[in-house]
Amino acid sequence: MKLKLHVWRQKNAASAGRMVRYEAEADEHMSFLEMLDVLNESLITKGEDPVAFDHDCREGICGACGFMINGVAHGPMPGTTVCQLHMRHFKDGDELYLEPWRAAAFPVIKDLIVDRGAFDRIIAAGGYVSASTGSAQDANAILVPKKDADRAMDSAQCIGCGACVAACPNASAALFLSAKVSHLGLLPQGQPERNERAIKMVAAANHELFGGCTNIGECEAVCPKNIRLEFIARRNWDFLKASCTFREEKAAAGAG
Amino acid sequence: MKLDSRIPSGPIEQKWDNCKFEMKLVNPANKRKFTVIVVGTGLAGGSAAATMGELGYNVKCFCFQDSPRRAHSIAAQGGINAAKNYQNDGDSIYRLFYDTVKGGDFRAREANVYRLAQISVNIIDQCVAQGVPFAREYGGLLANRSFGGAQVSRTFYARGQTGQQLLLGCYQALERQVNAGRVTMFPRHEMLELIVIDGKARGIVTRNLVTGGIATHLADAVVLATGGYGNVFYLSTNAKGSNATALWRAYRKGALMANPCFTQIHPTCIPVSGDYQSKLTLMSESLRNDGRIWVPKKGRDSRPPGQISEDERDYYLERRYPSFGNLVPRDVASRAAKAVCDEGRGVGKTGLGVYLDFGDAVRRLGRKVVEERYGNLFEMYERITGDDPYSVPMRIFPAIHYTMGGLWVDYRLMSTIPGLFVLGEANFSDHGANRLGASALMQGLADGYFIIPYTIGDYLATAKLDRIDSNHQEVRRAENAVGEQIKRLLSIKGKRTVDSFHRELGRLLWEDCGMARNAKGLRHAMGKIAELQQEYWRDVNVVGDGAELNQSLEKAGRVADFLELAQLMCLDAFERNESCGGHFREEYQTPEGEALRNDDEYCYAAAWEYTGPGQAPALHKEPLSFEHVHLAQRSYK
Ligand SMILES: Cc1cc2nc3c(=O)[nH]c(=O)nc-3n(C[C@H](O)[C@H](O)[C@H](O)COP(=O)(O)OP(=O)(O)OC[C@H]3O[C@@H](n4cnc5c(N)ncnc54)[C@H](O)[C@@H]3O)c2cc1C
Ligand code: FES
Repeated sequence: MKLKLHVWRQKNAASAGRMVRYEAEADEHMSFLEMLDVLNESLITKGEDPVAFDHDCREGICGACGFMINGVAHGPMPGTTVCQLHMRHFKDGDELYLEPWRAAAFPVIKDLIVDRGAFDRIIAAGGYVSASTGSAQDANAILVPKKDADRAMDSAQCIGCGACVAACPNASAALFLSAKVSHLGLLPQGQPERNERAIKMVAAANHELFGGCTNIGECEAVCPKNIRLEFIARRNWDFLKASCTFREEKAAAGAG
Repeated sequence: MKLDSRIPSGPIEQKWDNCKFEMKLVNPANKRKFTVIVVGTGLAGGSAAATMGELGYNVKCFCFQDSPRRAHSIAAQGGINAAKNYQNDGDSIYRLFYDTVKGGDFRAREANVYRLAQISVNIIDQCVAQGVPFAREYGGLLANRSFGGAQVSRTFYARGQTGQQLLLGCYQALERQVNAGRVTMFPRHEMLELIVIDGKARGIVTRNLVTGGIATHLADAVVLATGGYGNVFYLSTNAKGSNATALWRAYRKGALMANPCFTQIHPTCIPVSGDYQSKLTLMSESLRNDGRIWVPKKGRDSRPPGQISEDERDYYLERRYPSFGNLVPRDVASRAAKAVCDEGRGVGKTGLGVYLDFGDAVRRLGRKVVEERYGNLFEMYERITGDDPYSVPMRIFPAIHYTMGGLWVDYRLMSTIPGLFVLGEANFSDHGANRLGASALMQGLADGYFIIPYTIGDYLATAKLDRIDSNHQEVRRAENAVGEQIKRLLSIKGKRTVDSFHRELGRLLWEDCGMARNAKGLRHAMGKIAELQQEYWRDVNVVGDGAELNQSLEKAGRVADFLELAQLMCLDAFERNESCGGHFREEYQTPEGEALRNDDEYCYAAAWEYTGPGQAPALHKEPLSFEHVHLAQRSYK
């Protein structure tokens, strides 16, 4: 099949970008990224700069890939990252517009690549259980009801790709953040730090210029891992509870 | 050079304890005065960096992805082994040790493997404490499953995303240390050179992949946890960015490379569909628990699988290996698939495929149970192939998956360059000539959480390191070498793309140094690869410039190293005149077609030393002795 592509080309963070038109050829068994590989090989052969895009695992799990295809994050197939999107879902003559994630907190680095470092900083602010190596008890001493473990896993599946932010009219990171708050908050191991975690992570997200959540639901619609909106409700609950019961921490350990 | 593996004294059960006791400690207040570089944020590097941060060292950690959470470990599916014996099915530390040594076809160091089995139980405890959502039974206890090469259920898992969940646990621990100021993270940085001063590893040279800036980083010790080199074959199950550059540059600085020809071919991957294919997708080995592998009994049978009746099917693994059946180790399963395809009984358009059938499982367990166990894998299969595995058997074929070879390390995970430690898939230590399923995650975390934090302390406490600064001539020389290579690659402006060379290299290796090898083929490959390498430096076309984000340039440096590594792999395979594990030399097989080891002559780890550009590398041998698991022909019949 033949496709008309309009691709966002931007040399670096400092320069202006623009859409550039390319003709591409594809086979129905190719993945979307393989279609771009073929385009890039032809550009290089002509001595032109290939289209830069992030990718690594190409199995839908590392979260590296992602851009907008005709205004939809990761393209038209629900629950699918762009590396797992196959060309059989497109047809000859399709015209496709490829653009990077657009959000103040995700500045463009080059072409379709953006800087998602803000996500790491949100996790660093509190997205963990403080359990230093060596301090653990026997694994089976902590019982976790299967249904809680399953729900924790449902939210822990987030791959941190940023599609939720890109799809949200407010560029909110609520779904990303709530996936981590819920994963840890649903497990007994996450209870001691549950309140602080919600407060610290929300504060970090605000600091990074992500917008607020107004329950629009675009994030859930594009999430390649089907992370549910209900986790945002859980996060709101944890945040509210934490805000009402907040106490300054005492200094660690006693004197003497 | 004499290889000293520094295996501690005493009975095997006490070696690690003895070693820990003998090692010097660094006073807690002094730890922050030591800087440790960790390259890699997969399970091995991430866990090492987090734990050394917790201990108080000043850690600088590097990865080439945009976030440490995306290291290739994230893609591991099936699970992680541990000798917990929670299922009361006769497992023990000794049995895990035994299975791993035997599975590795007697080419691993016993003492290392025993320690790995011992530590396995602590890993699960640690991961659960971090909140890793492992699968649970209804009563809230941890669930297990069995995996290839084992007859007990000792594999812990989180759906089909075990690597993801383990890595996120480790990444979160790492970010906690970033927040605490003990770890400085450098994402989108690629290590391109090792700095060696007075014979000791003292730093690295990196390229910032966004700006192209070259920088030097100095330290008291360097830890490489940069993963495996399976991508030397171009098509593999590894992530696209996985590469051998860090290993190779360390090798060129004097670290020995051990058993490079020991590569693992995974039996259950989705077959190739066309020339544009960019990578191969693994279907977790756990599928072999319930799926049955078969091909038609008669050759070139093009009927759809549903029309081939039971008695016209050959369940060849169940037939040849009645006691392990579909759960034989990977090397055995892969070769058996190759054999039936070579006979013309392969399925699918290319004839390079076998069926993995869940028909019986769905009838026996019901669709719901099958869905719960394998749902996400089935979805992935359907997304890629367009076929629904609940109704049509999957088609699978072997693919390059893992590399047992890697930099040589002693018992303390230190390479032949003092102060250079190597962890995870990047080292050669624990899996011999074949790795058992669910053991790589275990090894990565054992190395990072529980071994390096101790052994590095002893090194730092005893090494007597001089102060160095960035004007030292070795530092300048290393930095210049990196700049020179980049300039050279960019100036060739030839006609062929980097990928076209990489694909050609991959094809050569797959043909002659893949599932089956022989002296003639290996000689052929060595000649061809040397020619390809010359052509590369004459005719590669790397567009753009060095002072910007340039993905062609990133690939170009990696492929330059793969071309050299590939030659060493062929040489290693050529010199090893026996078959063992994943290394199958056609000249050496039993009458039934099984691998035939030669313990009298080849019971050693082959460690290769770089002797200069264009020079033949020197072979050093570390003899292996088997005092506990007695040398025997592996049998899975
Ligand atoms: C598809 C798949 C499924 C698997 N499933 C399982 C399983 O179920 N069970 C199991 O036990 N094993 C499994 N394995 C094997 C296992 O995942 C790997 O062996 C293991 O994760 C390797 O971990 P690592 O920490 O050594 O390296 P990796 O996770 O590969 O990490 C390498 C790190 O090094 C960095 N790096 C590399 N080079 C450089 C450089 N030059 N400069 C800077 N940074 C660099 C990378 O950025 C990355 O952070 C699987 C492997 C694959 C491919
Ligand atoms: S490349 Fe890893 S999720 Fe797409």
